[in-house]
Amino acid sequence: MAILINKNSKVIVQGFTGQIGTFHSRDMINYGTNIVGGVTPGKGGVTHLERPVFDTVKDAVTETGADSSIIFIPPPFAADGIMEAADAGIKYCVCITDGIPAHDMIRVKRYMRRYRVEDKMVLTGPNCAGTISPGKAMLGIMPGHIYIPGRVGVIGRSGTLGYEAASQMKAEGIGVSTSVGIGGDPINGSSFKDHLTRFEQDPETDAVVMIGEIGGPQEAEAAEFYRDNMSKPVIGYIAGLTAPKGKRMGHAGAIISAFGESAAEKVEILQECGVTIVPRPSEFGSTVKAALASL
Amino acid sequence: MEIHEYQAKEILSDFGVPIPRGGLAYSPEQAVYRCHEIGGDAWVVKAQIHSGGRGKAGGIRFCQDDEQIWQAADELLGRRLITNQTGSAGKIIHRLYVEEASDIANEYYIGFVLDRQKERIAVVASSEGGVEIEEIAHERPESLIRVVVEPAVGMQPFQAREIAFKLGIDKALISQAITTLLGCYRAFRDLDATMVEINPLVVTADNHLVALDAKMGFDDNALFRRPNISELRDKSQEDPREMKAADRGLSYVGLEGNIGCIINGAGLAMATMDMIKHAGGEPANFLDIGGGASPERVAKAINLVLSDRNVRAILVNIFAGINRCDWVAEGIVQAVSKIEVNLPFIVRLSGTNVEEGKEILRNSELPIIMADTLQEAADNAVAAWQDYERNQGAQ
Repeated sequence: MAILINKNSKVIVQGFTGQIGTFHSRDMINYGTNIVGGVTPGKGGVTHLERPVFDTVKDAVTETGADSSIIFIPPPFAADGIMEAADAGIKYCVCITDGIPAHDMIRVKRYMRRYRVEDKMVLTGPNCAGTISPGKAMLGIMPGHIYIPGRVGVIGRSGTLGYEAASQMKAEGIGVSTSVGIGGDPINGSSFKDHLTRFEQDPETDAVVMIGEIGGPQEAEAAEFYRDNMSKPVIGYIAGLTAPKGKRMGHAGAIISAFGESAAEKVEILQECGVTIVPRPSEFGSTVKAALASL
Repeated sequence: MEIHEYQAKEILSDFGVPIPRGGLAYSPEQAVYRCHEIGGDAWVVKAQIHSGGRGKAGGIRFCQDDEQIWQAADELLGRRLITNQTGSAGKIIHRLYVEEASDIANEYYIGFVLDRQKERIAVVASSEGGVEIEEIAHERPESLIRVVVEPAVGMQPFQAREIAFKLGIDKALISQAITTLLGCYRAFRDLDATMVEINPLVVTADNHLVALDAKMGFDDNALFRRPNISELRDKSQEDPREMKAADRGLSYVGLEGNIGCIINGAGLAMATMDMIKHAGGEPANFLDIGGGASPERVAKAINLVLSDRNVRAILVNIFAGINRCDWVAEGIVQAVSKIEVNLPFIVRLSGTNVEEGKEILRNSELPIIMADTLQEAADNAVAAWQDYERNQGAQ
């Protein structure tokens, strides 16, 4: 089952024919993702990577029956692309684009409130590495081979730190049900809490690894959700122990601007809520292994 | 991106926010001239740097005659002002803003921020102006007035009215307060701001409302569509290394430690720095060279880290995902053989083709200390730094 994507997901690529879109589409196809077409306004009617290209997301959905989308559109136009996908009836959208203005994301989030919960598109990202259900489908830019199929869910704000965690788990023989990148921006499509909810309900997931970092309220919110609503164990890590206040650490959202946003404060909140803490980033594998052993 | 107080006031004034009369000065003579232009019998000479806490640091001077103005301007210009927010290096004062002094009867705080939880623009206000809002938020959070703006329709007059009445602003000044609040909101929304702060907003003894200090911050991701804002950038206020890095497409933050870091990805960079700390060292910097880690970027990164004189060892940690370790290793070898690196150089590669990558580093005969795991990388870096210090001490 996994969450968000599986073998049956029908995927279109927005920004399909560009250099980055092409590179990663090829990679996703090789992984086995069912990519049914793509969208590049003005290039409708041509064939790219042996798949049809459409001018609009609506055309693509009508012709291919696509239910998922991945976005490689440049930052000035990406928010528009997300809203187009939501309006066309896409159910799950991954936005890879890094550098979308925060005000554009406010608009996107407001726009998506017009849909009823059951019709509302799920958005992950922007500024993320994507989502993978190992052995089933990959909607992202990650190296697929570092994940083995298994029963641990992963949610993270960062790309390469997520890879580090996945390879440590692979070295211990621990597989992943789905790994979700929620992205490093201050306003993102969905939160840790949103996906903890999904993993809690997923019969193929036994435990969840949550990889957070400095800045924003989402880790604390997730920890409280875990305490009040979850039966499956959550293992957490917060990056940025040495980050000074008020400095942006690479990600647009990785900045300590209020109380409770530093790594030490977040770790404390996670611990108070009963989340198992990965004491240092070299111990993802061993901590998850120990947590699974005590199930 | 941050801008100066006088620039923020100029912008906000265009949106209807009342500000005191003032002018810019680059020399003591100009400061005196400005005061004559403004008129009155008391003025404030304010250092223009990108930092709060200027008053406590001596960057804001109250003056009553030409002599005092000249003196204040002469002392401030060209000086590095160290506030509780600038770090030990301080920030250089190149410009002064000279203003008519205001006779303060009441002080208030108003701030507009991007509320990450609500995912909307939020207003925070307090009847305790002039103090650091963080302190109030921590000590008396219930005393803060908070209003969240619905993005589809924008801030409404009733919301501004509610804030103004809750602050206890005099009835005669309510409409001025509403203009001020709505003006700040429009500036925030129309210019892709991430922060607008008026601290303090004051009521003067002769019952006028004015913004005595103003601060604005802007979304770097939106500068492409705000050329008028980009123009206000003052590079003299930025850390030269961070600026150099940004111009090269690298993300760098200078810190106080002595182990230089070169890593791909922001999260992995922060985690590697955490590891250094756990191993008993202190990182000299945050540096994310991006997911790709091409040879050119590695070379640029090494040069950048070497420009920090506190660096005693360099740790490279690359997770090669889409690209391959052998390709990254070749880039490292190319870069290191071109640049003279006299410091311990620790490399940890992981991901695709890791064995081939290590083989290339080993065969290069460069003095590279290799590490297999994150733990080993941090331990080796800290040990190498300690050895280096010991050897230097022995010489």
